[in-house]
Amino acid sequence: MLAKRIIPCLDIRDGQTVKGIHFEGLRQVGDPVELGAKYAAQGADELVYLDISASEEGRRTFTELVTRIAARIDIPFTVGGGIASVEDAGRLLDAGADKVTVNSAAVRNPALIDAIAAKYGSQFVVAAIDARQVDGRWVVTTHGGKRPTDRELFTWARETVERGAGEILFTSMDHDGTKNGYPCETFARLAELPVPIIASGGAGTVDHIAEVLTRGQADAALAASIFHYDEIPIPVLKRALNQRGIPVRL
Amino acid sequence: MIAVVDYDTGNLRSVADALRRAGAEFTLTAAPALLRAADRVILPGVGEASSAMAKLRERGLDRVIPTLTCPVLGICIGMQLMCLSSEEGDAACLGIFPTRVRRLSADPDSASVHAVFPESPGAGRSTDAPECLPGNSRLKVPHVGWDTISALRTPLFAGLPEESYVYYVHSYAADPCASTIAATEYGRRFSAALARDNFYGTQFHPEKSGAAGARIIQNFLTLR
Repeated sequence: MLAKRIIPCLDIRDGQTVKGIHFEGLRQVGDPVELGAKYAAQGADELVYLDISASEEGRRTFTELVTRIAARIDIPFTVGGGIASVEDAGRLLDAGADKVTVNSAAVRNPALIDAIAAKYGSQFVVAAIDARQVDGRWVVTTHGGKRPTDRELFTWARETVERGAGEILFTSMDHDGTKNGYPCETFARLAELPVPIIASGGAGTVDHIAEVLTRGQADAALAASIFHYDEIPIPVLKRALNQRGIPVRL
Repeated sequence: MIAVVDYDTGNLRSVADALRRAGAEFTLTAAPALLRAADRVILPGVGEASSAMAKLRERGLDRVIPTLTCPVLGICIGMQLMCLSSEEGDAACLGIFPTRVRRLSADPDSASVHAVFPESPGAGRSTDAPECLPGNSRLKVPHVGWDTISALRTPLFAGLPEESYVYYVHSYAADPCASTIAATEYGRRFSAALARDNFYGTQFHPEKSGAAGARIIQNFLTLR
């Protein structure tokens, strides 16, 4: 049976792992290759590396880092952050990434999804979508949740799939960093789409993750700080999910 | 020497990285003479079956590969190309394994995507989520992620327990046949791996399947 995936996310700035609360107040948590290898050995099913560097130099460092990750890690990994062109995606593919996430640039230029999917296949493109609720309506945001757009979550999610996204990584900016759990009703609705849904933002307990994988029907759960600070080690999480009858790779 | 067939279907890096981790020496090549001289040949592949098959033909490899006598391993599309045919692009393939490759779901139609969320966003719809047991949701294609393999046969799977997890990314799969040496169920039962004489193939990606995948690669490298 297809396993539900557990995915640690590593935010990278200038080649180093950081994790922010609401993307601010960044704090360093370790070498990205070593941390990724540790998670892979613990049973992570996949890794996500997000480049949050602001500078050209930082982006070059990130590409070199992707090469080192590919050499070391024997599970799939996805990279994202600032991918704005087919060339950006191709450079990361060549460096060894299995998938890329597109976020703000796809909101500005949705044809970016079509172009990357046409050249490298849908399995290579993950649409990362950040949104927050405004008057009961899910509004897509960009720039780490700071900028609201005129797009509505479900309509945009469907459009990304129609354009060729092979998976959706959804983060509720209302829940991210709070450790209060995921908006499961929203995930259950996204699950109507014919591509896997990765749930991100809000995990604080094993129960939160179990809930989004069952009631929320998510295919995967992504988290950062609960793993980085060893609050819920991956083996503990996966055994607990297994005990609840959720199919996981042990 | 191990030859990894380089026929311009994209990224060979993950296979190359896995061989380096296994401590193996290899060369990337499409030269028939090098493939014939190799003591292991790996046929990787990403992308679309009919265009990948056309690239093999352009290089004359459609005639070379079936005549190789060393152990040959096809991975993902590489394995599919070793079957009789693929529905993807209606491709005639190498015919090494007596089976056909078919799409996992009958419905690749994007119109079905457009039918999702038909109402105006957020209006008049219950937000009560249906109770749904894990694994009980509709079939999503591509089949992405870790799934189990069973009915394991041949030394390729030496040391691997039944129901081991391996990593998949695919939309097409080979029907079970006499050459099936491992099976996975996703919507229907399909060949997770195939073997016939010196030819082997895996639909999953051993190079991305953690310790289980590393063991399978090591087993292939030490086949007698």
